[in-house]
Amino acid sequence: MKILLNNREEEFAKETISVSEMLALKKFSFKLRVIKINGILIPSEKYDSAIIHNNDNVQMLYLMSGG
Amino acid sequence: MNFTEIRSHLGKFRVGIAGAGGLGSNCAIALARSGVGTLVLSDFDIIETSNLNRQYYFADQVGQLKTIALKENITRINPDVFVIVHQKKLDRINIPEIFSGCDVIVEAFDRADMKEMLIETVQIKMHGVPLVVGSGMAGWGKCDTIRFRKIDETLYLCGDESSEASDNLPLLAPRVGIVANMQANVVLEILMKLR
Repeated sequence: MKILLNNREEEFAKETISVSEMLALKKFSFKLRVIKINGILIPSEKYDSAIIHNNDNVQMLYLMSGG
Repeated sequence: MNFTEIRSHLGKFRVGIAGAGGLGSNCAIALARSGVGTLVLSDFDIIETSNLNRQYYFADQVGQLKTIALKENITRINPDVFVIVHQKKLDRINIPEIFSGCDVIVEAFDRADMKEMLIETVQIKMHGVPLVVGSGMAGWGKCDTIRFRKIDETLYLCGDESSEASDNLPLLAPRVGIVANMQANVVLEILMKLR
């Protein structure tokens, strides 16, 4: 399947993946982040159950301490 | 549009600022100078000497509540701004109450887990209210890494999304001020489009 991840096209071998699987496959290491799928925010406790489908628009931002 | 017209337009709006540290204090001052009508400030902290390297406070305000001192500083700059202060630790329950009626909310926390909590709460419980987040501003230099990203109509991000504050990469006035003022600039852009 193909998705848009932060406005870039990304391809995955599977039909659908959970947010957790996507983070593992992409080896994203930042501790804290915010993820939206098609404009809907996915709370961190739902990363295992939230499913990303073909053509989904996934937005991710990284949260760093400091302010 | 001249400044008198801009100020009179901005005077109709209310902006919430979650946290009155480096981001919140500097962002609030920029919004007050521009003429935003009402600012809702929330913070439970007291000013410490170590804050003065980047936060909009003065040495003779050390020991005061940040909200009270910031309200005083805003009023000294622009007495026309209506400032509402809350001495509260923000959580998932009180955020929608404290910032109810705000046209835009500025995320100005220090800790990343608090940023996450605020973003989740505003995006889920205050649907449609634009939120301007600051993330990644520790250290010095690297002007070209600080950027603005519009995620969608309700979520905007300012910062480099990579410089985490630590003992060897402290928070300093210039980069914190750049991000805080960038957040204020995004707020103005959102408000100037509203009727």
